[in-house]
Amino acid sequence: MELIKVVDLKKEYVNDEVVTPVLDGLSFEIKQGEFVAIMGPSGSGKSTLMHILGFLDRPSAGVYTFKGEPTVDFDDNRLALIRNKNVGFVFQSFFLMSKTTVLNNVMLPLVYNNEPDKEAKAKQAVAAVGLTHRLNHFSSQLSGGEKQRVAIARALVNNPDVIFADEPTGNLDSKSGQQIMEILERLNHEGKTIILVTHEQDTANHAARIIKVKDGLIVDDFKVTARRSAQDGELVK
Amino acid sequence: MNLLTIIKLSLVSLRSNKTRSFLTMLGIIIGISSVIIIMSVGAGAQSLIFSQIEKVGSNLVGIMPGAADADGPPAAAFGIVVKTLTHSDAAAILKEVPEVMAITAFVQGSETASWQNQKVDTTFMGTQSAYTSVEDVVVEQGRFFTEAEERAMARVVVLGAQAAHDLFSDQNPLGQKIKIRRESFEVIGVFKERGTVAFQKPDEQIFLPLLSAQKLLLGINYVNLMRAKISSSDEVTPAIEGIKQVLRSRHNISNPANDDFDVRDQAEALKALTAITDGLKFFLAAIAAISLIVGGVGIMNIMYVAVKERTREIGLRKAVGALPKSILKQFLIEAALLTLLAGVIGVIGGAMVSGLVAVVANYLGYSWKFVVSLFSIIISVAVASGIGLMFGYFPAKKAAKLDPIEALRYE
Ligand SMILES: Nc1ncnc2c1ncn2[C@@H]1O[C@H](COP(=O)(O)OP(=O)(O)O)[C@@H](O)[C@H]1O
Ligand SMILES: [Mg+2]
Repeated sequence: MELIKVVDLKKEYVNDEVVTPVLDGLSFEIKQGEFVAIMGPSGSGKSTLMHILGFLDRPSAGVYTFKGEPTVDFDDNRLALIRNKNVGFVFQSFFLMSKTTVLNNVMLPLVYNNEPDKEAKAKQAVAAVGLTHRLNHFSSQLSGGEKQRVAIARALVNNPDVIFADEPTGNLDSKSGQQIMEILERLNHEGKTIILVTHEQDTANHAARIIKVKDGLIVDDFKVTARRSAQDGELVK
Repeated sequence: MNLLTIIKLSLVSLRSNKTRSFLTMLGIIIGISSVIIIMSVGAGAQSLIFSQIEKVGSNLVGIMPGAADADGPPAAAFGIVVKTLTHSDAAAILKEVPEVMAITAFVQGSETASWQNQKVDTTFMGTQSAYTSVEDVVVEQGRFFTEAEERAMARVVVLGAQAAHDLFSDQNPLGQKIKIRRESFEVIGVFKERGTVAFQKPDEQIFLPLLSAQKLLLGINYVNLMRAKISSSDEVTPAIEGIKQVLRSRHNISNPANDDFDVRDQAEALKALTAITDGLKFFLAAIAAISLIVGGVGIMNIMYVAVKERTREIGLRKAVGALPKSILKQFLIEAALLTLLAGVIGVIGGAMVSGLVAVVANYLGYSWKFVVSLFSIIISVAVASGIGLMFGYFPAKKAAKLDPIEALRYE
């Protein structure tokens, strides 16, 4: 079964009676274990799409089915619950709490559920991005690449079904960016579904499938033949 | 999200803005400490009044010249000279009112007393020989003057403990002659130390026969005050009635509304004083309440600023799954914690000021009890946190309703 299925998804913003159409009827499916890059020029609605898929925002029209369940009737509390349990976010500008340690940043999502051993889980997630030696540093003391790794650990900590990464390398130098992409790739190989938003071809090339968006429509959707995601079954490296 | 986590979170955010947090709390701190001070100083003042009146002795009735003004004190209490009472009124009361065991009239004046080169400014009291039975006083050295000496206008004095010390230091005053207004008096006794009584300091006073004070020092024939000792507290009311009857017939008054004197017992005096302190307390409490409300508005203002400033943080929390009610709780608890802390600081500050008042009062010789009641502490702290919750609610609600996307895009 598909993890994500959208049919004729639309989004328009209405501000003071000015209607800005952003998404103009998108349909696609994403299976468990896929590594998908959503590409498109700046302002094409990639972030908007990611926010809708990640339950931060609602579509104006269309059907969004998550794990086989239509999401149209979900109320704010249900959305919060899904954001907590089923999805993880990585943003371009990290969104860490600056006067807070790495450990506490990573623990943040656990604060909002009744996970029994919060600290152990957070430490495990920090270890997964190779930052155990930074556990008690304040996030403001970290380099950009390290910050983004903390953000990935935070996205991972509740063991979600899918991780959304919106231009995760956008604020990083190419070397740190490369490291981040390698981590995402590894996570995918370990079975995690990854949906990446980017406008850079190099970054998108880490994914196994690319969906291209332009003017609110899907203009291309194809597999990167050189890459195999966890979804493709047996991995050949 | 459990309460402890929220409290920890709130403390972190309060600590990261120490100056602002403190300024925000200031209004509440002032309000709460005022409440504590008002309650404590009020209680202290009332205990002082009780102790002062108790020291005068029980079953005492005061008779002052001049009409009583409804519930207020009589004119003579404000230092207005009224000449309607004489010492023969006192004699008549003792004779005709059976409940009166003893009575003394008083006159008083201020003068410098001297012995050799030693001088003190003092208040002299002309009293009658019954003085020691009316007020519970003990003559420590020597004796008090007799009725015969009183009638004979004898030049004798009995000194308050402090007055004796001031004039004679460690020497024996008995038999020595002191001078008041060029008149010479022999010291025949010294009182035991008494502390303050009815807001006066008898230890610093000098006592002499009524007639001597009237004729030799003051040149008057009326008296300022009389005090009568009643056989038991049950007899106080009939005694007051009896005294009034005697004075009316002696002063030819048929309508009680025209009384040119005022007779009251301690309970009444107490009532008059507590009425004043209660009124004052109410007035001060109203000011404190206003400062609490102003403090509450300050809290609300600062919480709105905090919500605005932390829009991105709120967006992040929502993005990782915070329920609206968790955000609401977080901000509410933050506001409540802020005011609770302010309340605690206010209680401590108020207690310290009240303690200082007590120390100063005791230093000045008043037996002032330092009381901060548990009740006032609980009320203050509860009111403070209540204000936090009340005024923090709207900002917290605003935070809870923030759209996560707008919050994340907010710069
Ligand atoms: N709240 C909003 N109100 C109006 N227009 C918006 C709002 N949010 C985004 N947009 C517009 O939607 C379009 C798509 O934005 P976005 O999804 O951020 O694009 P991308 O991530 O592809 O750069 C942009 O033109 C942007 O200005
Ligand atoms: Mg974008």
